[in-house]
Amino acid sequence: MTEKIKTTRDGFGRGLVEAAQKNQLIVGLNADLTDSTRMSAFAQQFPDRFVQVGVAEQNLAGVAAGFALAGKIPFAASYACFQPANCWGVIRTSIAYSNLNVKLVGGHAGLATGEDGATHQSLEDIALMRVLPNMTVIVPADGEEARKATLAAATHQGPVYLRTSKLETGVLTTPETPFDIGRAVLLRPGHTLTLVACGVMVARALQASARLEELGMSAAVLNMHTIKPLDIRALAMALERSPYLITLEDHQAAGGLGSAVAEYLSQQRKEFRLKIMAVKDTFGQSGQGNQLLDYYGLGVEQIIHTSQRVCAFNNCRSDSLNMLGLK
Amino acid sequence: MSTDTPAELAQKALSIRRSIIAMLAHAQSGHTAGALGMADVFAVLYFAVANLDPRHPDKEDRDRILLSNGHICPVLYATLAEAGFFEKKDLYTLRQLDSRLQGHPHVGSLPGVENTSGPLGLGLSQACGLALAFQRDNKTNRVFCLMSDAELQEGQVWEALMFAGKYQLKQLTAVIDRNDIQISGSTNEVMSLEPLKQKLESFNWQVLEVEGHDFGQLIHAFHAASQTEYPTALICHTVPGKGVDFMENRFEWHGKAPTKEQAEQALAQLEQEPDD
Repeated sequence: MTEKIKTTRDGFGRGLVEAAQKNQLIVGLNADLTDSTRMSAFAQQFPDRFVQVGVAEQNLAGVAAGFALAGKIPFAASYACFQPANCWGVIRTSIAYSNLNVKLVGGHAGLATGEDGATHQSLEDIALMRVLPNMTVIVPADGEEARKATLAAATHQGPVYLRTSKLETGVLTTPETPFDIGRAVLLRPGHTLTLVACGVMVARALQASARLEELGMSAAVLNMHTIKPLDIRALAMALERSPYLITLEDHQAAGGLGSAVAEYLSQQRKEFRLKIMAVKDTFGQSGQGNQLLDYYGLGVEQIIHTSQRVCAFNNCRSDSLNMLGLK
Repeated sequence: MSTDTPAELAQKALSIRRSIIAMLAHAQSGHTAGALGMADVFAVLYFAVANLDPRHPDKEDRDRILLSNGHICPVLYATLAEAGFFEKKDLYTLRQLDSRLQGHPHVGSLPGVENTSGPLGLGLSQACGLALAFQRDNKTNRVFCLMSDAELQEGQVWEALMFAGKYQLKQLTAVIDRNDIQISGSTNEVMSLEPLKQKLESFNWQVLEVEGHDFGQLIHAFHAASQTEYPTALICHTVPGKGVDFMENRFEWHGKAPTKEQAEQALAQLEQEPDD
């Protein structure tokens, strides 16, 4: 474990091998993206526990359900734009409603996918999976966290969606950083506002927070790696510190992390100011992953600017409604 | 659960058909034609073929019977009750609030129900996963997937057919209810499946065609399915609505339940001893 894991997909690959060494019930299924979803190390070490399904995502999800019915713990991986996008109905009925112990991995998620363009940049998968009862949704921030999330998914009873990315995030967490499903991690303390981020946006939130500190603003960074179940306790504590919240995600504004946080906040009596930073009802395009995140309003500079505005203006609630196209 | 003679199986099938009519008339909604049409196949599978124990519905070495076209679940529920997985009086809770007998079957809700189904085309993939899991573990459990013919119009089914062919899932038997009807009319008109046998064979399956109301043929075919190196598709030619003259071969009975009066007429017809 000396070499640092660079991406969340690499962390998944590492975690799957470790989980499989611990538990013989784990099997891996793939729809012809074994290498790029990072299942190849598992496939080489455990050839009799690996299943190549071919380019057939509906069957991928269905066969995974069958393995779960046989008492196995299947990890089924593809790109998020194919799974869940091409097989959502199968996941809904055969896995979520059946409450089967299937772990679904959606790789190459978000604008971070980069050059492949909009067809391959899944910006809807968090929403698609979050609406399903019984489903747990995890979006790890870096490779190490993805490794731990994979191990946690393996021991969690019930369906899990794990969203991974090919973008190098830098090292944000250590093997000692705790990871529990549904328990957000405060990566950086702060009292002026809280940046609530998931996935590749956590790195950007940390960079923005460091810069804001130089500007005299103390921005906490809450790594909300589990979108469902949402850590409402951590959000309540954030509101104790400050009413200002900004959510950050490489996903559509509709239905993602920001929506989940807004749903929670709408039921609270406390005062809050929320800004959802996400992709604004548009598809992506080709470009470098980091370049695209900047282009679509998710750059560090934009986070800094938004943080300053959120704390300066009183009426940010209407602003966030405007962003969602609701006003 | 072994009932081997055709006469005994016919008696079971008759009782299953009576339960189907009674429960659907009570529920006042549900699917009648396909359920009646598959009663003989269900009787053979549950009482003469599959290794099952209603007292231990989760026993490890059991065969798995998956229903993919979930809308014909009245025949599944009636058969499970007939076999003793639960009491027959529970059949009258079909489609009611808080019932274990959901309008389409849900795994975990009722003993003997092995999978969730309703949306068509989902079952065979799950059957493939089960069969490959058993194959990899050197287990001999057989897996049966009961399907409709129109369900083969779903693309996912062909993904699963390809998969089973590749992995030579010889423990898997797909039982296709070839009743030639679907919700909008005849299967041939809505979206033709022919030449079905050749299509399935070209996916590296053994394909057997039987008359779905002939107990001898069915028993023989299920045995033949266990004697091959390939997955087996058992095309069962059935008569939708079988046993009730005003329902037989009428597609309008696909998704309709009988009224009280129609149920009485149907039950009167289902009192006679079957021919064989």
